[in-house]
Amino acid sequence: MSMVFLILSILSMAAAIAVKVMFVPASDGIDISGAHVFFTIKMPIQDLPITEAQVNSWCVILAVLFLCLFLTTGLKTRNISIRQMVAEWIVEKVTGLVRTNMGEYFEGFAPFIAAILGLSGFSSLSSLLGLFPPTSDINIIAGWAILVFFLITYYKMKAGPWIYLKSFGQPQPLLAPLNIISEVATPISMAFRHYGNVLSGSIISVLIAVGLTKLSNSLFSFLPGALAGFPYLRIGIPAVLSIYFDLFSGCLQAFIFAILTMLYVAGGFPAEEYAARKKRRQERAAAKAARSQTAGKHADN
Amino acid sequence: MLELAIGIILGGCALGAGCAMIAGIGPGIGEGHAVAKACEAIGRQPECKGDVTSTMLMGCAVAETTGLYALVIAILLIFVAPGRFVDLLMTTIGG
Repeated sequence: MSMVFLILSILSMAAAIAVKVMFVPASDGIDISGAHVFFTIKMPIQDLPITEAQVNSWCVILAVLFLCLFLTTGLKTRNISIRQMVAEWIVEKVTGLVRTNMGEYFEGFAPFIAAILGLSGFSSLSSLLGLFPPTSDINIIAGWAILVFFLITYYKMKAGPWIYLKSFGQPQPLLAPLNIISEVATPISMAFRHYGNVLSGSIISVLIAVGLTKLSNSLFSFLPGALAGFPYLRIGIPAVLSIYFDLFSGCLQAFIFAILTMLYVAGGFPAEEYAARKKRRQERAAAKAARSQTAGKHADN
Repeated sequence: MLELAIGIILGGCALGAGCAMIAGIGPGIGEGHAVAKACEAIGRQPECKGDVTSTMLMGCAVAETTGLYALVIAILLIFVAPGRFVDLLMTTIGG
């Protein structure tokens, strides 16, 4: 049963590759363009283009979903398999990360943070399969950043809208415009940071591949026939850079996006005001209960 | 005359992209300082190497942000702006 999920997970990435092979036109030389637009859907305000980035993003979502199902089918309490060990290790690590960075109150955030880590990491790593990495399209990252922005605002509002509005006047009411700008800048900087890192990596990779092709063409031009046109220098050398730009940078940016999400959500949460408000509510409820109890007694008498 | 105008647009966009990337100096110096301090910290207390390294990577990635803003502007100037400006020029001449 579990192997079915593993095969489905691999199939969903294979589907993304198949879609790319079938529908994206081939290009040669320097090709630094955005995501290929498959088709556009007519919408009332603005047309909705369905791009390579969205399709790849959905394929990555399916792959991660099936991978999670593969890891968690047939859980046992004794004689656990390596699969289950890996799943438990992931859960333990993420829960520990969330607990150290956000505190006990936000422990329920662990699945969300794990989802961000997995989605962002696998999206960046999908460039290893020759796919267009969804994280190098700003629309995808901006979507995640806006989601995080809503979460931050929700947790800032937890202690009431008045305290949220008052936080803009800190430490000086004159600084309110700057505070509003920094509030809006949070999702923009998160989106640009992740997108810029992945995109700059792919641009540098393309430039180096083209440069090495030209160099090897000029170096090996003495070879006869078709042998001269083969880019010998492109074997192996770009892989060294790919270790940094695809593997290290992609995983690091996923980690940083997750850490920043945790820090912003936990940092914006007014813990003291929330605790005071909760205590006040409990006191009021207790007073009300006591009053209604005495009222009931009076009625009985 | 039209060729000259388009040439000025393309040249201006390329120059602007190059100038925007001067911002890369700042993050370079800043990250260099961060790594130097991290090396000092590891030298002083080798047992907390893991913590120092992860915190340093985190700080470096945040310090990189200004450089990435410049990168995004440079990318926009190279890949998006010339087409837009030439279109604008054409509509101005046509209208």
